Amino acid sequence: MAVLARASAGEIEARLADGPELPPHVRLRGPETGMVMVRGRAGGSGAPFNLGEMTVTRCAVRLESGTIGHAYVAGTDVKQAELAAVLDAALQDGGRQAGLQQAVIAPLAALQAARRADEAAKAAATSVEFFTMATMRGG
Amino acid sequence: MAYVAVKGGERAIDNAHAWLADARRGDPDLPALTLAQIEQQLGRAVDRVMAEGALHDRRLAALALMQAQGDVTEAAFLLRAYRTTLPRFAAGEPLDTAAMHLRRRVSAIYKDLPGGQMLGPTTDYTHRLLDFALPTASPAPAARRTGEPKPMPRIGDILGAEGLMEPDAADPGSSGDLTREPLAFPAARDVRLQALARADEGFLLGLGYSTQRGYGNTHPFVGEIRVGETAVEIIPPELGFPISIGDITLTECQMVTQFRGSKTTPPQFTRGYGLAFGHSERRAMAMSLLDRSLRAAELGEDVVAPAQDVEFVLSHCDSIEATGFVEHLKLPHYVDFQSELETIRRMRADAMRGALTEAEAAE
Amino acid sequence: MSLDLPGFADPVAQAQGCFRAVLNALSRPGRLCEAGAGLTPPTPLDAATGAVLLTLLDGDTTLWLDAACGAAREWLAFHTGAPVCAAPADADFLLCRDLPDLAGVQAGSDEAPEDGATVILQVPALGRGRAMRLFGPGLRDPAELRVDGLPAGFASSWQANHARFPLGVDLILCAGTRLAALPRSVAVESL
Repeated sequence: MAVLARASAGEIEARLADGPELPPHVRLRGPETGMVMVRGRAGGSGAPFNLGEMTVTRCAVRLESGTIGHAYVAGTDVKQAELAAVLDAALQDGGRQAGLQQAVIAPLAALQAARRADEAAKAAATSVEFFTMATMRGG
Repeated sequence: MAYVAVKGGERAIDNAHAWLADARRGDPDLPALTLAQIEQQLGRAVDRVMAEGALHDRRLAALALMQAQGDVTEAAFLLRAYRTTLPRFAAGEPLDTAAMHLRRRVSAIYKDLPGGQMLGPTTDYTHRLLDFALPTASPAPAARRTGEPKPMPRIGDILGAEGLMEPDAADPGSSGDLTREPLAFPAARDVRLQALARADEGFLLGLGYSTQRGYGNTHPFVGEIRVGETAVEIIPPELGFPISIGDITLTECQMVTQFRGSKTTPPQFTRGYGLAFGHSERRAMAMSLLDRSLRAAELGEDVVAPAQDVEFVLSHCDSIEATGFVEHLKLPHYVDFQSELETIRRMRADAMRGALTEAEAAE
Repeated sequence: MSLDLPGFADPVAQAQGCFRAVLNALSRPGRLCEAGAGLTPPTPLDAATGAVLLTLLDGDTTLWLDAACGAAREWLAFHTGAPVCAAPADADFLLCRDLPDLAGVQAGSDEAPEDGATVILQVPALGRGRAMRLFGPGLRDPAELRVDGLPAGFASSWQANHARFPLGVDLILCAGTRLAALPRSVAVESL
């Protein structure tokens, strides 16, 4: 779910194009866009407060087998939410799980990990290396 | 409250809107902006619109900026109006900023704090010289990359471990929500933080500045500023376990202020806290100054300055409310003014008569 | 498990259509309006009942259900997000098949009469059964409404509710794909 929430509809579709076909589904709820109230904590670790809302799009679907899939994804992309919900349902099916995991989830997760590592490497390059000139206090 | 109602002059209004659309588009021979361009190349403006619009959605904020011709207050107003059309699905689990994937982390109080200082994509060390080559420059040189950052605990947790930082107040169990309940006083810290998080950045900045110029006695240090991506999690009732719905960029500022102590509390450091959508350092810093100054009363300090006055700050910090009230003055007040005219004329006539009588008496 | 039943296929248009039906029914007390055609809510809900609930409830409205409607609880939570409360007195909306004691339901306050609750009562049939005459705002001439499934003492308990106006409870009656409504402003006389 976390991987699909961070993948665009285009990225998911691109992986599906080379992977197993998704089973047919009916929509139970949505896809529909609403909001989640994002909450922070006073001082970072104290009592929660309401920071502001963010858009989120959700979808719930049912496969012919009766399996239900859910998705909540940040943003307003209804296509992404529906694909994520269908995948969530299909991934619960033992017969499909391995194939979809390998064709869709694993490559998307790898892509996201690579993006994150790249950001981290850019951040690390801006780390300050202090030279110790002379200590303020002796010793 | 914001005033938008207009009556009469329908054709004039239609024509004004048509011209506005032309003015927004500018010279049609120039390529039109795309939302992706605004989202990526005017990212700081997008961040501000999301913060003041109190809705995180980069694409919608970019659209609002495009529609508002870059007027951030108008764009935030558009976003606030749009959010009223959306249902709320859930409240997020409180964010864990300790687990932030950091882009930037600096501290003004410890040079060698664990994890070190990491500048990130900052403008702090630029020379503020206009770069005339920028408009024609080919793609900018790529950012350099080295390894990965070290773990970076939050400064509050570091000082807290030494017992020098005030402990967190108890969680009251539920927090106030300005999108549901209008502002009322006294306002607790949760409501104050929500109001400051969506407040006008200029107002926060000016009042934050005032606390440093002697209007409110604080001597703050930037304990830590961190910018990075944090996962947002919700617990959908139909699932019953937390799921991650995506990451948002946040800026967090911990402002550390000395506290002399009281009869019940030993001397220690107190916190002012700022948290903002996007990379919005000025906002997060100003917010943390005000969060601290608004705690004056609860910490037993004298409330003497505007920035310490909860009612003054919270009643005037919202850019949408403020612009609504100020800008409503241009709407028709014909009847009000007619009565003012009559009053002034009568007073002038009375004054003239009085002057004449005095002059006659003097003769 | 009733999660596998969908809600509105076209939520905006269908919720707006149903809202209009509820508005018409409240503005013209006693008039029979159509709602919920095509909707398949879980047992024991009829289509109109399900549609009214999907239209009026959301995460900010509290719901109380009587035991006879308990099976619909999961479906309602899934599609509307409305929190379910334990006591009728705490609810903004009440879903029932037996009329609850109207005196024990939120009637609002002088400051906020709009806080009075709305009771959604599913009955076996509208247009036949016990007849009553309605008087009040929205009715130039008294209207007649026949409901199969209201208790014998309904008129007197309704009159007690009506007497509290502007406080009080509003009632939406649903059966099949039909609904009718009694706003608190209407007076009732049994025939």
